[in-house]
This record gives sequence, structure tokens and C-alpha cells, in this order.
Amino acid sequence: MATRTEPITVNIGPQHPSTHGVFRMRVTFDGEDILNVEPVFGYLHRGSEKLAEERNYTQVITLTDRLDYVASQTNNQAYCIAVEKLAGIQPTERGMYLRVIAAELQRIASHLVATGFLLQDLGAFATPLMYCFRERERILEMFEMLCGARITVSYMRPGGVFQDAPEDFWPALTTFLEDMPGYLDELDMLLTGNEIIVGRTFDVGVLKPEIAINGSVSGPILRSTGVRWDIRKADPYDIYDRIEFDVPIGTRGDNWDRYKVRLEEMRQSLRIVEQCVAQIPEGPARAEVPFVFRPPAGAEAYGRVEAPKGELGFYLVSDGTIAPYRCKIRSPSMINLSVLSDILVGYKLADLIVTFGSTDINMGEVDR
Amino acid sequence: MDPRGFFELNTWYRGLYLTLDNVLPSWMSYFIAGFAVMFAIVNAMMLLATLYIWFERRALGRFQVRQGPNRWGPFGLLQPIADALKILGKEDIVPHGADRWVFNIAPIVMFFPVPMIVAVLPIAKNVAITDINVGLLFVVAITGFSTLAIFMAGWASGNRYALFGAARAVAMLISYEIPLIITLGSIALLSGSLAMGTIVATQNVPYLLVQPLAFVIFMMAISAEMNRSPFDIVEAESELIAGYHTEYSGMKFGMFMLAEFAAVIVASGLATTIFLQGWRWPFLPSAIWFLLKMGMFVFLFLWIRATIPRLRVDQILAFAWKFLLPLSVVSLFATALEVFFLREPDGSLTTNTLWIMSGINFGLAIVALVGWANVLGHRRYNPAPRIASMYRDGPLGSRPVEVQ
Repeated sequence: MATRTEPITVNIGPQHPSTHGVFRMRVTFDGEDILNVEPVFGYLHRGSEKLAEERNYTQVITLTDRLDYVASQTNNQAYCIAVEKLAGIQPTERGMYLRVIAAELQRIASHLVATGFLLQDLGAFATPLMYCFRERERILEMFEMLCGARITVSYMRPGGVFQDAPEDFWPALTTFLEDMPGYLDELDMLLTGNEIIVGRTFDVGVLKPEIAINGSVSGPILRSTGVRWDIRKADPYDIYDRIEFDVPIGTRGDNWDRYKVRLEEMRQSLRIVEQCVAQIPEGPARAEVPFVFRPPAGAEAYGRVEAPKGELGFYLVSDGTIAPYRCKIRSPSMINLSVLSDILVGYKLADLIVTFGSTDINMGEVDR
Repeated sequence: MDPRGFFELNTWYRGLYLTLDNVLPSWMSYFIAGFAVMFAIVNAMMLLATLYIWFERRALGRFQVRQGPNRWGPFGLLQPIADALKILGKEDIVPHGADRWVFNIAPIVMFFPVPMIVAVLPIAKNVAITDINVGLLFVVAITGFSTLAIFMAGWASGNRYALFGAARAVAMLISYEIPLIITLGSIALLSGSLAMGTIVATQNVPYLLVQPLAFVIFMMAISAEMNRSPFDIVEAESELIAGYHTEYSGMKFGMFMLAEFAAVIVASGLATTIFLQGWRWPFLPSAIWFLLKMGMFVFLFLWIRATIPRLRVDQILAFAWKFLLPLSVVSLFATALEVFFLREPDGSLTTNTLWIMSGINFGLAIVALVGWANVLGHRRYNPAPRIASMYRDGPLGSRPVEVQ
């Protein structure tokens, strides 16, 4: 006798422990199998783009901190690069090096959070998460030395960074660079070969490169599918063209690849920081840029960086006043979400959570 | 009073009974003394469960490079009491779509197996509330009740997360009950009895050494039975929020939580009794030995929880049916053959025989575990070549050649 069954629809989120913020998915299940996923977002909308129109160019930096709040430095960087293009400001050498150091440390911190929460979603009861946070804590302490804040840093300014690094920052950075490869090896050893982790992530949530490119996906998710694309190489900003580093590429685009690409990227980030420390010149950390300035009327600029989650871009339009006429934010999390149903349908409920965790979404950036 | 008898509950029971017998009718003093002993043992278990909540949180804190509760009382020892008081003060919410009667009774049904199983555990020398002659069978029958309670809670909540949890619970617990029972069957063959007292008495060599395969299967099955990591899909907090007890609040939630923690204690006690000679071992009082061994198993469960991620529901069911079930059958058959050929004429097994069986079974366990894992096509992952290229060879936007 065939039992008649019917699909059920479940609202996952907005208040769910694994939606990494206030995200909601309306998911239709047949038993445990996913039939359909419909993302619903906007619960964290704060109108950042509109607010930017009411503030002068320097004040907007504090708004960018609150986009992707686990990677504030790269948000600052993208915005500052856009403003520099708009107003024709040339940042100082030392400022650019400091920006890259801060941004790469931020990338490590963000990837640590992504890895930790991926493991948390896999059900490893907070232990790997706390290990990742232990390392992240040291980075946040260094940010505190740089600018007094840990999360919402507002460290960068058009023309460089707002102040030079203090004396005690450099020894702290050196010890960190010595310790961190060991921590990464430890993570690698604990997690990468684990039978359950491999069984849960291998060939789960597979993203095809064609779909990724059509969906305009960027960042580690795109690279895990095997596509060579990294803004740091494709359109070098600041001083990335003087630095030697590799970009890890995955082969299949499953959850395991996304995890592994992030892990390798952290190693490459360490390489970049090491070279920056060796090359950094003396001089002012910030160009002479006034607090309030007026870019030429009608000017438009698009500044983009490789943020930890993908291509983060700011499109600015000036009308000759002290505030941007329009500030459009291309946030990687938002655009990476567009392939969510492609990588979820056909898998199981437990895979949904893991796949969502491995795409590393930040709701502050999605809803803006 | 005999000083050695101080730690033995029997002394206390007899003293109480004889004292009461002077003033009360004998049936009443029998009832009161028996009730007092049961009350003491069950409450001691509850106290242990409370202590275990503190211990688990504290030890997990150490596993996770953090402090754990350390505010109230020395080392945060009073934290569970603070939690209990807080939980008592919470509003008791029954959801609109709930089946009230079933919803309210589920926490009680969930809790009731715990004291029932404690009743048959020989927790010290000559101390058990009852030593019924079908002890093992009784334990297996009673543990099934927790599944019923989970399903009642999940169904009555009128919540889809809870329903998912309930469906998973039934699927999983049915699967794991079978290897568990077959494994316990091989233990019964060894001891020649289902009574807990006899199992301890005949256990001259720890059955952990005599039956390593059965021990491994028992630990996995009992973890699944208790919904402990890595089999905690029933309440998988990252997937189902809290699973079957998502909708519960206040003391009803507290009952579920206490039942879960007490289940760990009871399962550890069961493992101690069946596999580690129960209260036996020299020098220390028997009750202390029992507690120490139990603590060891508790720590083992905790360690696993702090370390291992969760499996997926299909992987868990496949693991039970494809891996544990055949191995438990192998274990049962091997034990049956060994007992048949090696037993004394009167049917008992001498200590030397047990050691011989231990040797055979260790070999068998290794062969069976490794061999069956290979039969099932255990894929060996080599993570190294998965990161194909480091970007330096090849133009932008292109894809590298597939490397497998």
C-alpha cells in the first residue's frame, strides 16, 4: 500500500540559530529532502545607501563598518578607494601598505569566523568555533592597537589610514605571523581529514561554474568552483601588484572546497602581510585630505576590492557637494545568495544548514 | 553498627525497618523503609544529574578554551541550582495549536524511565532497589519509553521543527534498538542470566575485555538512544532549533533537560554494570568504585560531545543498519559458539575461559571492524590534491583542467 504524503513548508528563520543573522528561508520539504528554497531577506535593512547621502564623504566610513561587521576593514578599503577615484586623491605609500595589512588580517579573521561557524553548523558543539575565535581575538587586539576599536574599526580614510600604527603594533604583528601558521596547521589537522566532516561536506551543495558565473558570484565561493577570479589579481588596487601571492582554486565547488579554499587563503594572507611588513616605507600614513571636501560635480567612480566574501564595490556619484549624490553598494553576500536555491535543492535539511554556513553570508551586508 | 557496613545501604535499610517495626505494623514499616531507600537512591541520582550538568558545562568550557560557569558558589557549583530556580520562574506556555493533554504529559513520560532504570542498577555491594531476574530485558523495554515521550512531545507541539525531531527520533531509535538488544544478548550468554546482580557477580573479567566488539556497539547504540553527539539529530540545535522540545518552556523544558542529563548518568551506570564489573574492584568501598567508573563513562560521553560533529540522518540510519547490525550479529554468534565449546559441564565459565575468550574476541573485533569497514567501501579521502591550482598558471577567468 502506498502511503500518501504531502510536502510541508517550513520557515527557517528569521529567528533560527543557524541563519547567521536575521535571514529567512521558506523551504518546502518532502520528508527531509528539499524541494524548493525561497530566500526572504530585509529584516536588517537600515538604509545605509540613503544614509550615506546625508553625510559627508568622511562620515560615510562609519556606515561602511556596519555592512559586513565581521570584515569592517575591507569595507573601509573599498569605500576609500571609490572616494579616491572620485576625488582624484593619491593615497600615501605607507597608508596603502597599512591598509593592505589591515585588510589581510581582516580576511584571516573573517575566514576564521566562517570556518568556525561552518563547523558549528555541522554540529561540532562549539569547540572548533572557540578555537577559531581564540585566533581571531589576537587579530582584533591588533586592530584595537591600530584604531582603538575591534569590530567597527573606521580605520581607513581617503588618502590612507587615519593614523600610523603605534610602536607596539609591530612586535605584536611579528609574533602573530610566527604563531598563526601553527594554528592553521592545527585547524587543518583537526578538521580537514575528519571522517564526519568529509562525509558531511564532500559533494554536498555543489555549485556549477556556469551557474556561478551567470549568478555573478564572487569570492571563495566562485573560486571553489575552479574559476580563476580574484580582484586582487584582476584589477590590483593599493599595492597588491607589488606583492607575490597565490590564489587557491577548488575543483568541484562543494562545501568541502569552499572550506578548503578559505583555509588556503588564510595562508596566502599571511604571506601577503609578511611581504608588506618587509616592504613598508617610512612616511606619512595619510595624504593631506581635509575632513570635508567636494569632488567635481557629475563625477562617477566605482571602487572595488576583494573582500573576504567576494567582490565588494562602491559606486559613487558626486553632485559637487560635500556628500555623495548616490552611493550604491555591491555587496558580495547579497549576490552570492542568488545561487542559494541552485545549490540547495535536492539535498537534505541538514545539508541546507551546512551549505548555508559554507557560503558565509553576512546579513548586515545583504540587507544594508 | 559494623563500621564496614556504613557505606552499605542495606545496613541503613535494615536499621530503619527494625526500628519502625517496634512501633508500627510490619507491612507499614516495610513500606516506609522501602520507600525511604528508593527516595534516597532516586534523589541521589537526581543530585548526581545536577552535579553532572555543572560538570559538563565546566568541562566543555575547558575543552573550548573558555571558563565555563564560575560565578555562583565555589567553581560555579551552584549554577545548576540557579538555573533550576530561574526555570521555575518562567512562564509556562502551551502553544495555540498544541494537543494540551499530550503536550503536558510528555515531559513526565520522558522523565519516568530514569528512576525506573536506576531501580535495577546494582549501585553498590548488595544494594539495588530491586534485582529482578529479567533486568536487562527490563532496561531495554523501559528505554523505549523515551522514544514515545519524544514522539508525544514532537507531535503535540504543533510545530514543524518538533515534528521533524520526532520523526527523526522514531526512525533512529528503532534502528539503534536492534543492535543494542542483540549486543545485550551476547552479554546475557556470557553471564548466563539477565539479572543485573548476576551479571556483576559472574563478571570475573570485565566484559569490556571479553567483549570489545559488543562494548563498541553498545556505546554507539546507547549514544544514539540518548540522542548524544554525534547522533544528536533529534534536537540538532543548528538545524531544528531544539527539536522535539522547541515549544516547551519553564519547568516542562527543565524536565526534558534533566531527563537528558540523568539519562547520561544512567547509561554510564549501565555501561559500568555490564562492561566494567559494576561495583567490584578492591580497596575502596563499592559505592565509591561504582561512582568512579560511572564518572569515567560520563566523561567519555562528554568528550565525544565536545569533539565530534553531527552525522546526517541518512548516514546515521545507514550506519545502524549496514554497520552495527551485522557486527552485533557477528558478536552474538561468536559468543554463542565460544560459550558452547568452552563452558564447564555445569554451564558456567571459569576466569581462565573468560581470558581465552577475551583474546579471541579482541582479534575478532579488529578483523570485524576493519574488514566490514572495507567491505562497505569506506572511501579513503586524500584531501591534498583537491586544491587544483594556485592561480599562477592560466589566464584570468579561465578554469583549470579537472584534476581528480
